[in-house]
Amino acid sequence: MIAWLLRRLVQAAFVVLAMTVIVFIGVNVIGNPVDILISPEADQAERLRIIANLGLDQPLWRQYLHFLVGLLHGDLGRSFVFNEPALRLIGQRMPATMELAVTAVLLSIVIGIPLGLYAGLYPDGAAGRSIMAGSILGFSLPSFWVGLMLIMVFAVQLGWLPSTGRGATRELFGVQWSFLTIDGLRHMAMPALNLALGNIALVLRLTRAGVRENLPMDYVKFARAKGLSPARVVFVHVMKNILIPIVTVIGLEFGSVIAFAVVTESVFAWPGMGKLIIDSINVLDRPVIVAYLMVIVLLFIAINLIVDLLYTVLDPRVRLESQE
Amino acid sequence: MSDITLEVRDLATHFATRAGVVRAVDGVSFSIARGQVLGLVGESGSGKSVTGFSVLGLVDAPGRIVAGSVVFRGTDLTKLDEKALRRLRGNRIAMIFQDPMMTLNPVLRIDTQMIETVLAHAQVSRAEARARARDALGMVGIPSPEERLSAYPHQFSGGMRQRVAIAIALLHRPDLIIADEPTTALDVTIQAQILAEVQKLARDHGTALIWITHDLSVVAGLADEIAVMYAGRIVETGAVATVLDRPMHPYTHGLIGSVPSRNRRGQNLRQIPGMTPSLLNLPPGCAFRTRCARADGACESDPPENEAAPGHFLRCFHPQLEIAA
Amino acid sequence: MSATALPKIREETPFRRFLHDYAQSKLAVLGLVVVIVIALLALLAPWIAPQNPYDLAQLDIMDGRLPPGAQSMGGMTYWLGTDDQGRDMLSGILYGLRISLGVGLGSAIIAGIVGSALGLIAAYAGGWAETVIMRLVDLQLSFPAILVALMILAFLGKGVGNVMLALVIVEWARYARTARAAALVERRREYVEAAECLALPRWRVLFRHMLPNCLPPLIVIGTIQVARAITLEATLSFLGLGVPITEPSLGLLIANGYQYMLSGKYWISFYPGIALLVTIMAINLVGDQLRDVLNPRLRR
Repeated sequence: MIAWLLRRLVQAAFVVLAMTVIVFIGVNVIGNPVDILISPEADQAERLRIIANLGLDQPLWRQYLHFLVGLLHGDLGRSFVFNEPALRLIGQRMPATMELAVTAVLLSIVIGIPLGLYAGLYPDGAAGRSIMAGSILGFSLPSFWVGLMLIMVFAVQLGWLPSTGRGATRELFGVQWSFLTIDGLRHMAMPALNLALGNIALVLRLTRAGVRENLPMDYVKFARAKGLSPARVVFVHVMKNILIPIVTVIGLEFGSVIAFAVVTESVFAWPGMGKLIIDSINVLDRPVIVAYLMVIVLLFIAINLIVDLLYTVLDPRVRLESQE
Repeated sequence: MSDITLEVRDLATHFATRAGVVRAVDGVSFSIARGQVLGLVGESGSGKSVTGFSVLGLVDAPGRIVAGSVVFRGTDLTKLDEKALRRLRGNRIAMIFQDPMMTLNPVLRIDTQMIETVLAHAQVSRAEARARARDALGMVGIPSPEERLSAYPHQFSGGMRQRVAIAIALLHRPDLIIADEPTTALDVTIQAQILAEVQKLARDHGTALIWITHDLSVVAGLADEIAVMYAGRIVETGAVATVLDRPMHPYTHGLIGSVPSRNRRGQNLRQIPGMTPSLLNLPPGCAFRTRCARADGACESDPPENEAAPGHFLRCFHPQLEIAA
Repeated sequence: MSATALPKIREETPFRRFLHDYAQSKLAVLGLVVVIVIALLALLAPWIAPQNPYDLAQLDIMDGRLPPGAQSMGGMTYWLGTDDQGRDMLSGILYGLRISLGVGLGSAIIAGIVGSALGLIAAYAGGWAETVIMRLVDLQLSFPAILVALMILAFLGKGVGNVMLALVIVEWARYARTARAAALVERRREYVEAAECLALPRWRVLFRHMLPNCLPPLIVIGTIQVARAITLEATLSFLGLGVPITEPSLGLLIANGYQYMLSGKYWISFYPGIALLVTIMAINLVGDQLRDVLNPRLRR
């Protein structure tokens, strides 16, 4: 188990290193590093001074080392727009994105699993068929357009829900959260649903496929032959079997949800790090861009690692194999 | 009469598929007394498993019991609703399946799977249920049952898993156990052990046993009665000794002839020519006539059941009366 | 079901059988018809659009934000309304379709060529080439498309060319994985062995003999990828990172109308959205059916 964990950690470290190279090359070779690291407003003398200051006259490998050292110290430069360390800026915006992403994942579970269960148990009924047809929409509709339609219907036409911002927040562990206030929840409803849509479809299909696959299994018939209630057969025997792949996929999708929050946050003006990165790209606030990319890469790798761990904990077959 | 545990009369289970009606079980009758072992024999697809599931009311859609009765200790199970059936399943009637690798839920511990069975039918505490589960495991010969309770199925060998399944079947001391080829997936030595143990347990508890198999040698050593199924019907039934020594139906003849045996060393095994017919839209008449050397025009109508000797029934117009070579 | 069971139809060709199988689903036929109609509309936009939406001389700011069905000063009917510049939305959508389809199709084709070639090479060459290519594929696919595209556009800046490049980089990996999987199966076939025995050049075996047999799964992936590319391009343009304002795709049209939607002028965003939606759904329908027809093993 320990050896396995170590191996995974080394793998993860390699991916991080590869990504730093890619981001570094992207910033310093493909893009013009002067544009990237120096405010467009700086004059010529200022530019030369900063170029020397930043070591941009140095050979590339040395610049890369410098970048790595900065990364290790959590120093990725200052934002031109906000004149704050880029990482701190990302850190400030992260809770908003996180609560949106977590809510979206919860929604996809709470909505996706029951619908998928129903569609799997009654695949030929009208309701089961419409659930499946709906899930195809959930996959193929462009998420930003769905967001617009949500705003059009619920904010403009019906006036039920606010369309922009986080609403009132309350502090918990030193961070402001929207989900702690009614107003915040009202603001979060549409963006969270919007962000969840693709995953609802995904979870729903996984659940349905799992139910269809497991129902004809002997263990289900044996459970019924033991005289168990249908509820116990479905919710304990079948569910426990299909939850393992579902949890794995949901975990892996969490990273995608955070990435896709970029779109949702832009539609609903949700002040998270996704909105920050889009704004930063639009005003060429490159230190923030670099910081965001590195944070996201680390996040992804952490998520993958956690999901792998979770998988071994959940599935007794894997768990025991890794012990032996 | 109170000695009869189960009496199946003219049972018919059909599957309405898109291509037509599959008459998997078509007018099957048999009965089994307390403590008795009935061997239900046939090739795959003969309807023997569906017969077993029909008794428990566990036939999956599109299958349906369309006719007949299944009288279990005076109650017709085909008339019961799902809830009443559920009270009997695993309690008064238990079932053991063919593949021990598949019957236990791979992600639930053995204790979970056993305790839930106890609690489904008995108002006892969890601790008491666990104790019963442990005793049942001990009874079927699983060493250190207390530790094994908290193991997962994949930590057991195939034979051990089947023992667990049997232990689950025995939890409530059922009146009837339906065993659907429970030893075909196991090694021969383990098969013999399990056969001996089940026989002993059934005898000790007075449990009636329906042993579904395609293996005549298993039936020979285990069963009191034998029923031979072909294409959804029982073609011959009687005491094991009688039927195996003096088979009268040409199909039973063929089956016995195709079993390798020491007595016939040096002779070719005889095969039954042809294949089992598709049960889809099967025409009336004896279903075996297309493979039968003795068939003639008469076989195109349904042969009635007649009693060739006391307790020895068969459905055939041209029974074979001489002893098989 | 199987066509071999019908020997009396002499004209049975693989293509006819394909058409016959495809036509089994009415919905898929409808999808194909819609795709063809949309493609024609996009292709013929300059001739069928009521106005050239980017010829400023034809626009009248006084006609700005008119609702659908309104008449212009010049007596022209704006069936789908106008945007803030007084541009006819119908014309805007037709021209926008051109950009969206062009970018989506173009990037899918380039990515298809690059990805398939790399996948085939990985399968055929093996060794370190395979390891490097497939590790890259794994790395690429472990990050969501939107993130990779964002990263590339952040490095390169906006523009049609850059968007297409980003889409190609996002998409090639799927083709490579599919092509490699298909080629690994084909490699073991006798005809490859035969070609190798004839000492044909390796590139010839690879691209003339194996590639045609690997095409069906690639075509299926390609169809779906076109829809994905169009969606992603629309998303990027909506975020303001895609095509420039001078060449608006559907995504940019939707973004332009966004600010007016809150005041109830829904049509500026709504109709381009519908056009986008119909396009994507139709392509996906075609792709789904192609997958079923071309690869019966995938049929559920």
